[in-house]
Amino acid sequence: MASDTELTPTSYINHHLTNLTTQVSEGSFWVLHVDTLVTSLILGVISFGSIWLIVRKATPGVPSKRQAFVELAVEFIDNEVKNTFHGNRHVFVAPTALTIFVWVLMMNAMDILPIDIMAWIYEHAFGLHNWRTVPTTDVNTTFALALSIWFLMLYFNVKIKGWGGWMHELFCTPFGKNPLLWVLNLLFNFIEYVSKPLSHSLRLFGNIYAGEIIFLLLGMWAATGVSGAIFGAILGAGWAIFHILIVTLQAFIFMMLTVVYISMAHESH
Amino acid sequence: MNINFTLISQAVAFSVFIWFTVKFVWPPLLRAIEERQKTIADGLAAGERGRHELELASQRSSDVLKEAKQRASEIILQAEKRASEIVEESKRTAKEEGDRIILGAKADIEHEVFSAKEALRQHVAELAVAGAAKILRREVDAKAHADMLVSIGEDLK
Repeated sequence: MASDTELTPTSYINHHLTNLTTQVSEGSFWVLHVDTLVTSLILGVISFGSIWLIVRKATPGVPSKRQAFVELAVEFIDNEVKNTFHGNRHVFVAPTALTIFVWVLMMNAMDILPIDIMAWIYEHAFGLHNWRTVPTTDVNTTFALALSIWFLMLYFNVKIKGWGGWMHELFCTPFGKNPLLWVLNLLFNFIEYVSKPLSHSLRLFGNIYAGEIIFLLLGMWAATGVSGAIFGAILGAGWAIFHILIVTLQAFIFMMLTVVYISMAHESH
Repeated sequence: MNINFTLISQAVAFSVFIWFTVKFVWPPLLRAIEERQKTIADGLAAGERGRHELELASQRSSDVLKEAKQRASEIILQAEKRASEIVEESKRTAKEEGDRIILGAKADIEHEVFSAKEALRQHVAELAVAGAAKILRREVDAKAHADMLVSIGEDLK
């Protein structure tokens, strides 16, 4: 908590929404959100590391409970990919979908951790004054994912259709081959290509960010006294339970959109 | 909401995680799953084959049973036919035997009748000769009429 200033709702919320930053180089762009990067890396290493440890000993016979759990997740994602993507999905698309789903789910799930208790732990155990726990409430994370996928989309467009095929698609779809329509087609496709990463990343960011803000607002009930704190705790518990759904759903939606975008890059119109 | 270097670092982390999953997580698990699917499919196929074979075997057994029943009834039919044939044959043999016996008896009877008649004729002839001799004792010389008596006797035979 900001002990040197007076504690107001604004300072409370601002405190929780401030990243731990470090200047990498000169300029306003060369700033790194250490908390976002470190948390997401830890989560990624833990989840993929443990999945790898389980999968390394995968047996085709009767699976262990852990292996069965991983297989459940993998087959669920594989099914979703199979319904959307018509090609050899095992080479790239399905593993990527698994990566996205697991990683985004883990990062979103950090939202359920009690925000003030985590802040106290960061402050007293690690001496970190500002530390945002949820990487997906940082727009850099969601844009990083969405832009990576956007570049993958462009890559597959060129790889599958060739430069000529892709250009043909940009100029001749969706309205038709008539040269009069070329500008219109290009404009339409341009808007589509711009809106894809924006909606992709901002949907995830907005949902998780809003969830965190609501936790903060509910946390402020504690300022009104004991009964307010109890009331806030009950509401917070309810919101957390509901948030389990949002967290999973947003991770799933993000994964599905990825699969759909990459599939669209593979299919010519 | 400020875009900064974090974006690039996160993108790098993302690509590393994708690479890791593509390279190390997905293939072994997929192999295990596919192998198990194959095992299960083989098991199901074997079960299906077994059921099919059972069906065939039961059909074969019912065929055999049917054939055996048919054979049995054929044998019974033949036996009945044979039995009736035997009965017929023995009836015929008995009849033939009876006829033969009757024929023999008739021949015997005829023979008896003939010899009885012969004896009777002999007798009658002797009686007639004796009667004639008594009647003609005096008038007829036995020696002189012997030829006549003999010829009478011959006629009476």
